[in-house]
Amino acid sequence: MVSKEEKPKLIRDDGLRHDGRRPDELRPIKMQVGVLKNANGSALVEYGKTRVLAAVYGPREPQPKHISLPYRAILRCRYHMAPFSTHERKSPAPTRREIELSKVIREALEPIVISEMFPRASIDIYIEVLNADGGTRTTSITAASLALADAGIPVRDLVTGVAVGKVDGVIVLDIDEVEDMYGEADMPVAAAPSLGKITLLQLNGVLTPGEFEEALDLAMRGIQEIYKIQREVLKTKYLKVKVEE
Amino acid sequence: MGRKKAQSENRELVIPGQLIAEGEFKVATPNYIYRVGNRYYSAVVGLAEVTEDSLTVIPLEGFYYPSPGDVVIGVIRNVGITSWEVDIRAPFPATLYAADFLGRPINPAKEDLSDYLNIGDVVLAKVEVFDRTRDPILTTKGKGLGKVTKGSVIEISPVKVPRVIGKKGSMHQTLESETGCKITVAKNGRILIECPNKQLEEIVVLAVRKIEREAHIPGLTDRIKEFILKEKVRRGLLGGEQGGETEAD
Repeated sequence: MVSKEEKPKLIRDDGLRHDGRRPDELRPIKMQVGVLKNANGSALVEYGKTRVLAAVYGPREPQPKHISLPYRAILRCRYHMAPFSTHERKSPAPTRREIELSKVIREALEPIVISEMFPRASIDIYIEVLNADGGTRTTSITAASLALADAGIPVRDLVTGVAVGKVDGVIVLDIDEVEDMYGEADMPVAAAPSLGKITLLQLNGVLTPGEFEEALDLAMRGIQEIYKIQREVLKTKYLKVKVEE
Repeated sequence: MGRKKAQSENRELVIPGQLIAEGEFKVATPNYIYRVGNRYYSAVVGLAEVTEDSLTVIPLEGFYYPSPGDVVIGVIRNVGITSWEVDIRAPFPATLYAADFLGRPINPAKEDLSDYLNIGDVVLAKVEVFDRTRDPILTTKGKGLGKVTKGSVIEISPVKVPRVIGKKGSMHQTLESETGCKITVAKNGRILIECPNKQLEEIVVLAVRKIEREAHIPGLTDRIKEFILKEKVRRGLLGGEQGGETEAD
């Protein structure tokens, strides 16, 4: 692991990034749906070394019942990092960061879930980060959205997330942990691609208005690419089932 | 709004957010179709059917959403003073009133409802009232409804129920006539099977599981017919062809 004192060279002399990617290149992405039997819907998503498992339960009666709303289903979301997901053991107790990310992810998903259909019910999303290498919140959003679709919960669109950032003065797509730690800016974006709506936009660091435009544009292009994989994986689940002899 | 354009082929596999059609259509399954202006998007993973003026999306994943008139199989979850709380696999708890079930007024001071239905008992009932403002209320008034005393109940995904019933009940008829079992398919994905013997019951369960797995592949009824025949031969249940092992696999 790289120690905190020495900043590695993030953009090499040949213009590629520290892991050999072009600035506008995503990490290898893998997705799977229906990986858990007990959950109504589930998904496992990998962005490079970042690996996230999402499970969706519901719509069901909320426990405790008094938190239910009379006009729509409540969405509950728990983002959690497994103790073994980081280099140093992470305490399994929810940290301030995890509580905040749970809220942020919930708010990125709420606009697309047609929750008005299920008054008094609750939809529970559990997100477990199995391996963390940067971009866990955006990977979580992608996974949670797939799990919602896999559960058959009506949604307006899928949501896809990706993080962009600025490292050594270059705007790059899908930043990993090293780029996040030593870069100048980090901007997670999530959007509903078919509807063309952004549901999450955060920015940590400094970008000029011009750089911001460029970064957002890059993020949207990345989202379109990931969205294609998302659509494919949902469809192949059914095309895979062949007639048994 | 004269312009109409189907954006997907018939019976195409669609996913949430996929554009199905543009124009003015009648939406047959409003729960699964989402409309923005005159564009219609699917809200679920399903099969889209577009006709001249109507849109249908048959979901491939999902849960039971009650609707008045549905016949459901419920499991008693709680015994109350004048009613039972019934699990019907919906996001909402259902209520069955004792006065309805017994057909007479009851005196809670003298009678204990657990004498009639206790936790874990199974009832075949109909959803009498349900809308988004209140939880479903069940009734057992009607032919064949009431407490289930014999047979086996299996659970399938509620969205697969139409396939187990088939077009105009064809699959249901095939299952019943080929096996001689009495099969009650409830809308909430529970199926009550009453068979003359254990082996036939096993065949029905396997056939239903096969329907569930291959629900989205056409030509299912014929395959099921063949499957039941094969299983019967394998188990030596066919009178005419003794020594069923010959045709195994």
